[in-house]
Amino acid sequence: MSFVMVLTVAFKALARNKMRTALTMLGMIIGVSAVITMVALGTGAQSSIESQIQAAGTNMIMVSAGNFQQGGVRMGQGNASSLTPDDALAIRDVPGVQYVAPGVNTRGQLVAGNLNWGTQVQGTDVDLPSIRSWPMKTGAFFTPIDVTTASKVAVLGSVAHEQLFGADIDPVGQVIRINNQPFTVTGVMTSKGQSGMGQDQDDVVYVPYTTVMKKLRGITYIQNITVSAASAAETTPTADRIATLLRSRHQIQDNNDDFMVRTMEEMASVRVQATETMTALLAGIAGVSLLVGGIGIMNIMLVSVTERTKEIGLRMAIGARGRDVLMQFLVEAVVLSLVGGSIGIALGLGFSKGVTAWMAWPTKVSADSVAVAFLFAAMTGVFFGFYPARKAAALDPIDALRFE
Amino acid sequence: MDSTVIATRDLVKTFVVGDHQVKALRGINLDVPRGEFLTVTGASGSGKSTFMHIIGCLDRPSSGQYLLDGQDVSTMSKNDLAGVRNKKIGFVFQGFNLLSRTTALDNVELPMLYGGSTLKAAERRRRAKDMLAAVGLGERMLHYPNQLSGGQQQRVAIARALINDPSILLADEPTGNLDSRTSIEVMGLFQRLNIERGITVLLITHETDIAEYGTRTVAFRDGKVLTDKPVLRRRAADEELANLQEPAEAV
Repeated sequence: MSFVMVLTVAFKALARNKMRTALTMLGMIIGVSAVITMVALGTGAQSSIESQIQAAGTNMIMVSAGNFQQGGVRMGQGNASSLTPDDALAIRDVPGVQYVAPGVNTRGQLVAGNLNWGTQVQGTDVDLPSIRSWPMKTGAFFTPIDVTTASKVAVLGSVAHEQLFGADIDPVGQVIRINNQPFTVTGVMTSKGQSGMGQDQDDVVYVPYTTVMKKLRGITYIQNITVSAASAAETTPTADRIATLLRSRHQIQDNNDDFMVRTMEEMASVRVQATETMTALLAGIAGVSLLVGGIGIMNIMLVSVTERTKEIGLRMAIGARGRDVLMQFLVEAVVLSLVGGSIGIALGLGFSKGVTAWMAWPTKVSADSVAVAFLFAAMTGVFFGFYPARKAAALDPIDALRFE
Repeated sequence: MDSTVIATRDLVKTFVVGDHQVKALRGINLDVPRGEFLTVTGASGSGKSTFMHIIGCLDRPSSGQYLLDGQDVSTMSKNDLAGVRNKKIGFVFQGFNLLSRTTALDNVELPMLYGGSTLKAAERRRRAKDMLAAVGLGERMLHYPNQLSGGQQQRVAIARALINDPSILLADEPTGNLDSRTSIEVMGLFQRLNIERGITVLLITHETDIAEYGTRTVAFRDGKVLTDKPVLRRRAADEELANLQEPAEAV
């Protein structure tokens, strides 16, 4: 029997059992599209959760001066004057470090026009928005030149902005006074709300750390250094390397460090757990979807075994060889799988795009899910289509004809 | 060439049902010359259907020989048997065994798709149409089996059995599901095929009057041939049909 004949017979068989053909394909379509859509939704959710946790600063390392002893009296964090801008520069070259921002703070009274507001004046470096994943609302953060020249420029937190100008007024280019010195406003940060510790992160004004040191406080040391590691996994080893570097720079032999290095390990473990939970959830959803689709395919195929066994008996009775029958069933199963699977993939991609477009839910179609779903559905279809046919074709024609 | 088409020697068929061995055939010796119209009768369980399935190469004997055109069928491979069923034998079942949801035309065309036929699609179609017309179904070629009466379905099955020009036509209770008038019509068709085309016909029936349409009748009992005799007064279906003509109604 030529291949053209096999195709003819197979397509006629598919056409004359339209309901079975459609239902089998439906099983494939539901299975494949559900897996693709669900995994896309889950992957999207996973990556957005990850970026949220990332934004919270899981890869942040805080180096602070402190734990300074003087004759048995331990002074507590931030009181030592041992941390210098040169330490920050040296940390920049530690492997695994991405961004570094030296910090030095003071309280200040801000005046703009006839309004004034007392707040935290934080001296920092240009990398701060990158470290905190913190975008600008208007204007721009100050520049490296502002830092090297200790310029009198200021970036307002949103609470400081509201208190000094009102939320509707763009303060960029305006001059405010901090402790009676004029500062030009270059930008306003977006609102970030409270920190994990309950501090209002928006009630603040950022200025170059050099400006705080030289113009506001007149000191040569810094209070802390905020570092971000290149990746969350690199955080702890990087923190260890920073500690080693500072110990050698500060010539510390016994364990009497004059600084503290802290990572947000708790946040990091939350992140790991969240990722693990999401991965398990995804695997579960994909598994259930595949199972549902697979059972659908299997049911349709098995329900028609009796009818199809008789059909095989008849075909053999009028002269079909076992091979002819098997080829016909194989072609049928493959055509069903290809068409059903392709429609399923198309629908899955469409649903994913649709969810993103209409519900603004991030989705990410993974090639793995497409491949696994398609292969599983196709294998189920071919197995349950082909296996009963193989059994039937091995019978004597009369036994297949009489099959109940 | 020998004029004997079918010859069986000590044909035995044993079924295993649970722990029991059921002997359906206990040594059948039968010769069928070319062109004969042989009817096989017997009560149910007499082994006549089993015999017919073996003759039709749908089943294989447990022991004994079956020579078809002088060839020993019991030594043939499965694929060769498929070829024999395709080319040499036309089989008509009691239950018609048409493919459902498939037109009469497609059903008749089916045997031409198998057996390595090199006919073009248009030629296959033309031959199937001719064959349906020959059995009197020229008007209903595109009907589905469930749109045809029992007699019409059996004619489709006969057309399908004949499409590859077999030398033997086997029929297992072809009138079992038909009313008496339709039965006579179908028997008329068999008689014409036997007389006009010289096709050897083997026909199973449990009705003795149907058996009288043949030229020779064999009775089975308990897996053995009980009687084997020529039909003395052969019935002619076409004449009977002509006499029935008056109250004719559409089938």
